[in-house]
This record gives sequence, structure tokens and C-alpha cells, in this order.
Amino acid sequence: MSTLGSYLHRRPRLRLAALLSAPLLWLVVAYLGALAVLLVSAFWTVNGFTGETVREFSLANFRTILAEEVYRAVTLRSIGVAAAVTGICVVLAVPMAFFMAKVASARSRHWLVIAILTPLWASYLVKAYAWRILLANGGPVDTLLGGPGSGPGYGLFATILVLSYLWLPYMILPVYAGLERLPDSLLEASADLGARAGRTFRTIVLPILIPSVFAGSIFTFSLSLGDYITVQIVGGKTQLLGNVVYANIGAANNLPFAAAIATIPVLVMVIYLVAVRRSGALEQL
Amino acid sequence: MAALAAGVLTLAGCGGGGDGDSGSGSGPGGLSVPKLDKATAVGAGEGSVNVVSWAGYVEDGSTDKSVDWVTGFEQETGCQVNNKIAGTSDEMVALMKTGEYDVVSASGDASLRLIYGGDVAPVNTDLISNYKDVFEALKNKTWNSVDGQPYGVPHGRGANLLMYRTDVVTPAPTSWGAVFDPASPHKGKITAYDSPIYIADAALYLMKTKPELNIKNPYALDDTQFQAAVDLLKQQNELIGEYWSDYTKEVQAFKAGNSVLGTTWQVIANLTKADKAPVEVVLPTEGATGWSDTWMISAKAKHPNCAYLWMNHIISPKANAGVAEWFGEAPSNKLSCAETKDANHCDTFHAEDEAYFDQVWYWTTPLAQCLDGRTDVTCKDYSAWTQAWTTVKG
Repeated sequence: MSTLGSYLHRRPRLRLAALLSAPLLWLVVAYLGALAVLLVSAFWTVNGFTGETVREFSLANFRTILAEEVYRAVTLRSIGVAAAVTGICVVLAVPMAFFMAKVASARSRHWLVIAILTPLWASYLVKAYAWRILLANGGPVDTLLGGPGSGPGYGLFATILVLSYLWLPYMILPVYAGLERLPDSLLEASADLGARAGRTFRTIVLPILIPSVFAGSIFTFSLSLGDYITVQIVGGKTQLLGNVVYANIGAANNLPFAAAIATIPVLVMVIYLVAVRRSGALEQL
Repeated sequence: MAALAAGVLTLAGCGGGGDGDSGSGSGPGGLSVPKLDKATAVGAGEGSVNVVSWAGYVEDGSTDKSVDWVTGFEQETGCQVNNKIAGTSDEMVALMKTGEYDVVSASGDASLRLIYGGDVAPVNTDLISNYKDVFEALKNKTWNSVDGQPYGVPHGRGANLLMYRTDVVTPAPTSWGAVFDPASPHKGKITAYDSPIYIADAALYLMKTKPELNIKNPYALDDTQFQAAVDLLKQQNELIGEYWSDYTKEVQAFKAGNSVLGTTWQVIANLTKADKAPVEVVLPTEGATGWSDTWMISAKAKHPNCAYLWMNHIISPKANAGVAEWFGEAPSNKLSCAETKDANHCDTFHAEDEAYFDQVWYWTTPLAQCLDGRTDVTCKDYSAWTQAWTTVKG
């Protein structure tokens, strides 16, 4: 053992390789490997009759996606939903996180964090179905707004509403963590030096806030972009990218086309991450 | 190979022109049926059987205590029944491709795909004692056999119906026009079946209302006819509240009133009524699409003996009558008519009325070779239907 130890001690590169090989193997095989299979199968096609996969290179899937207007519409709708959900989460999360980090007492702070986390304990499906009941014709939401049919009902709006509810904790937590790192003394110093609230917010709070919000938005945006269950339950006839992928795997048994569709959110997320990286938000994760 | 090349009557003539072994068969596009052996004997059960079925086909008393034709079978044969409900034919095909399931209740728009895909095996009907009592009109049809070789046992048949809330929809609808009317007072509360095969419902409606399109078979649509059907569905999309493929979702939507009008199965109407919602069903004047189902055995069945025992059991007079009454369809076994609780069931569902079923267009897989016999045009095949369905939903 000691000989091996001293052998490795003299060879730092080998030491590093031994240490990193297991996680790297996991990353390459399980994660990048799956992505690679996805990409490759996107270029295959399916025999329309028997459903057998035809393993020959073809651009047919991508041609269909580009030629058919519906896929553009679904992509834009999905990005719109993801952006709206992220926007709503930011608007709700920032004041909430600011209150938790800067206003609430240390004792109540812990309880508030627990309160934010409790919805995560319940199953995603249970929460989505609860919203289906809430939004049903003549359900509680309708009753609050004045009788059957006066609520939003099922549809795009309901989808955005429920997704915002589901992903809110993922926005609050990073923003809270960011604001907590901001020492109170900085705020006091800014005030002592004569800065008004607006200027303090711009020069002290905002530089900390923006990367945290971006960090949170990575969660809310990507989770919304890939979602297909909520929209199935409360979305009425709305279809998002996830539904088109699901319909092609589950119903049409067209795995290659589903893979081709699935590259769209991957592409959107890559563009989004590159944009976010420039803001320095990735260091906040 | 010669026997295979002889061809299924309706599919013949479209083969040939293919290359090599795989292209000389009798199936669509020159596909040949994979050579699979059928069972020669049924031994003792393996202890369990994995089933893919339509909702309401496999009831063990857990939905309704009095509705149970599974428990007796399990006790008698020792085959534990593990059931998986599928919402659409496409889902059934996908599930059978996993090789995890032994038997499936396939409709006509899935059965040929399963046969030519090599996912189901030919069935030795000599091993199924109840087969002799099945209506002759259901045996050896294009959707359940190839070259006279049965690929399953007929289960039953019926029509897709129009369901409506009696308290909201007045007067009661009599035509499919009710779900396609752009000026419908029920805009936003109409529902439709979420599957590409629903395009046939629009085609059937056009067949009766737009004779100039000259549609002879709602599953054989050339470019113009297909476009007309898709356009009608895109227009209908404005009226739709939600599409359904999960039957529990439709029950809940009709109960709450989110949906008040739309296509359904009898079993869904029964469940909705059991939930005390005021709904009724009607077979519209245009006729309807429908199904004729077949129990098939997987080519990779891990429990072949239990699968054969199940296929024999599910078409036995008692079980077949039970399913037929619960699901609301015509039974396949002629002795079933004496076993139904409602003595008139077989009359109500036209079990022996071939003239009636001539009005029902059984789900069939659309092929490029027109099913109505036209040879001067190419029809839209199922993959075109699938992609068009995404554009309909928008």
C-alpha cells in the first residue's frame, strides 16, 4: 500500500486521473452518451406501417420540423410559456426572498425557508390534479370569481399559472441565498454615505440580485420548457414541445422524430445558458 | 414464400416490385409476414399473464363489485392477470413492441401493424375451444388474419358514439354536425378523441355531407380528401375545450361540465352516469367509426400457456357477455347472447345484424395503397395521418 501511495505521490497526473475517472466515466457514458444517442437517432426514420426503426441517415425529420409551421408555433409557444413562468416567479420571488433575508428575524427566517420548501414535499402529480379540480367548471376558482365559467378554465393561462406555482420555490431559494450573502453593513454604509434607497438598490443590491435571479431562472425556464404533464392536465387543447415529443414516443411510436423534436429544447437551453453565463450567474449555482 | 405471396385479398396487388426477400411479400409495400411458429399445445399455466387492453375489457371487480370476469379465471387457472390499460391503438403497438406483454386486445388500426411488425404470433385456434362459437362473420377478416391464418380471436365490435350533457345540449344532437358546427353554442366545451385515427371521423362526416369529395372509405383518403378532412378538424379545433385519450379525464370533464358534447365509448358514458352526471349517447345519422377487436398473442410471450388460457376465457360465453355489456358492444360469441343480464343486449347492439355493421367503419390502418381499391391515386398513410394530427392540434 505504501509503495502504491509513494508511487502515486510522485505522479500527480496519474493521481488526478484515478480520482476523476469514475465521475468522468459516469458523465461521458450516462449523460453525454444518452445525448449522443438522441442526436444520432434524430437522423433515423420509422417505417410508417410496422413501426420498425429504419437505421439510415436521413434529414427527413428536420426537414419536416422546419417545413411545418406547427412546430415553429409550438416551439414559440413553449418558449413563451417558459419565459412567462420565469417572469412571474421573479416578480413573486424577489420581494419574498428580500423579506426573508433582510427583514424577517433570524428565528422566523428558518420557519419561512421551511414554509417555502413544504410544497416540494407533495407529489408533482397530486398538485397538478389539485389544480385541475380547482380550475374545473364550477370549481372553487370559478365560485370565487362569480359562478361557473367565470374562471380561466383549462388552457394556456392555466398552464402558466400552475407551472409558476410548481416552480416558485426553485426561484426563491437561489435569490434568498444570494441576498443572504449581502452584508447588512453594506446597506448601512451606503445610507451613511448619503445614498437614497433607489441608488442603494441599484449599486448594492442589484449586482448581487441579478446573477441570483438568472441562476433561479435556469431552473424555472428549463423545467417549464420540458414540462408535458401539467399542460396535459390543465392545458385543455394546448400542446407544448413536451407533448409533441410524448405523442411521438408514446402514441405514434416514432422515436427518431421525437428525438429530432427533443433537440429543440436542448438547443434553446444551450443558447440560454450561454447568454446567462455572460452575466456571471453560473458562479452563483 | 409462395403461400405468402398469394396475398390477403384486399391487400394483394399492392405488393411486388420490392427488392430481395423482404420485398416480395403480400403485405402493403411488399412487406411479408415474418415467419413465426404457432403453438401446438397448451400446457399448465405459468402463474401469470401480462395483458394490454382497452379500458373496461379486463375487470376484476375493483371498478364495480358486480363487474368481474377475471377473479374466476385466476382461481381456475392460477394465472394472475396483470392488466395495462392503453388509451389509443398507437400506445398498444408501442407497448407490444416492448415484449413485456403476452396478450393484447388490438383494434383493426393496430392489428395489421402488429402482424407485419412481427410483434404477434399466429394463433392455433384448435387450442381455443370457444373459437367454434364465434360468429362466422368475424372470423378470418382482413384485420385479424393473413392468408387464412388467424392471428387472434375476435373479441367484439361496436361504434364510437356521440355523448352530450342532457341539461346543456338541447335539443339532443342527431348528427356529427353538432361537433363540427362553427357557430356551435357549445364552443370551448366540445371534446374529441386525441388520436390520428380521429381524422376518419371527420372524413366520415364529409363522406355524407360533401358528396363531391367522393369519399368511399374514411380510411382511404387521397390528397384532396385528406386536406378537406384536416381542414375540417382545424376549424373544429376552435370549438374544442380539450382532447381526450385518457378515459378518466373525459369522465371528469363531462361530470364537471368542462366538456358537454363529443365523441365517446359506451363504457365512458356508463362510468359518467354512475358518477351521477346527466349524459346520454346517440349513434348519429351519418353512422360512425367503430372497432372490431382481436385478442392477439405476443411473438415474445413469456407466458404462452396462460395467454392461450386467457384468449379462450375472454371469448367464453359468460366473460364475453360480461365485457360486451360493460363496455357496450356486440359480443363475438354467439352463445353470449343468452348470458347477458339484459336479454335484449344482442339486439340493442346489433350482434348479428351485418347490415348495421355495414354502416360502421371499423378502425383500420390507413395505407398508401388505397383501401377502397382505387389504383390511380396514392392515399395518405398512417405516418402522414400522425403528423397531420399534430398540425390539427396547432
